[in-house]
Amino acid sequence: MDPAAAKLIGAGLATIALAGVGVGIGNIFGSFVSGALRNPAAAPKVFGNVLLGFALTEAIALFALLIALLLLFVF
Amino acid sequence: MAEAAHSPLEQFKIARLFEIHVGGVDVSFTNSALFMVIAIAAITAFLLIATRQRALVPTRLQSMAELSYEFIANMIRDNVGTAGMKYFPFIFSLFMFILFCNLIGMIPFTFTVTSHIIVTFTMALVVFVGVTIIGFARHGLHFLKFFVPPGVPMALLPMLVVIEVLSYLIRPVSLSVRLFANMTAGHTMLKVFGGFVVMLGILGGWAPLAFVVALTGLEVLIAVLQAYVFTILTCIYLNDAVHMHH
Repeated sequence: MDPAAAKLIGAGLATIALAGVGVGIGNIFGSFVSGALRNPAAAPKVFGNVLLGFALTEAIALFALLIALLLLFVF
Repeated sequence: MAEAAHSPLEQFKIARLFEIHVGGVDVSFTNSALFMVIAIAAITAFLLIATRQRALVPTRLQSMAELSYEFIANMIRDNVGTAGMKYFPFIFSLFMFILFCNLIGMIPFTFTVTSHIIVTFTMALVVFVGVTIIGFARHGLHFLKFFVPPGVPMALLPMLVVIEVLSYLIRPVSLSVRLFANMTAGHTMLKVFGGFVVMLGILGGWAPLAFVVALTGLEVLIAVLQAYVFTILTCIYLNDAVHMHH
């Protein structure tokens, strides 16, 4: 296979990681909403943790982006 | 790349403003250094001007300074406890520096210092080495117990210790890559959508333009959030070193 083509295919494949991150972020906010509906008084207290979880999960997506960028520009 | 001039990654290029060479080492004053100086000057000016009057009933500016102080002080108290308050100056400086670098980067035609992995990795390494030294200074060799999870069967222990040590060593990498990748990805995405506006012209460009406006709002949120995440993870690591809780 042409190395340039393999590079592009690899960078494309790296975006599959987004599936897991999508599940993760959906899970965080879904759990938050269902928890907040059960106990609205506790919702503001956990919102900081929700944002922290969101940022940590989003960072996983960016690791995939990093792999894609490395494949495209470094090799 | 042939068309590097139009690449969305062009905005991250480091340019030398003044060439300085000391003994064969290139210590030129770059645009990255310039924006670090600007960030420090902005923080200093903000805090000095805000606390100049020291009124009992604070003005709006003084409230902002007090809010930022209390935000970090509460974060340390909640995550580390009062034992962590003596590290407040370092953590406050870290938070303000990352916050101002991220926010100054959101102004068009500026340079985002935190979009370079060497900057974020240096900060993460300072945190990592500092926290490890604090751990050993407070607990001596007992700090090594941190890598041995309690209540685990002897057979599993060798593997778990290796995993614990690896997960400890990977902290500076994940801490720095998180901030760097967020900044790089956000600014690249804005540039790519900005390119769509130009390509689609005056008739079709409105849709991506609206998207760019929304994305800019998201990026400001991300800029603040990542400064918060970096700081709170520093607090959590500090708590591990001070209290050795799992």
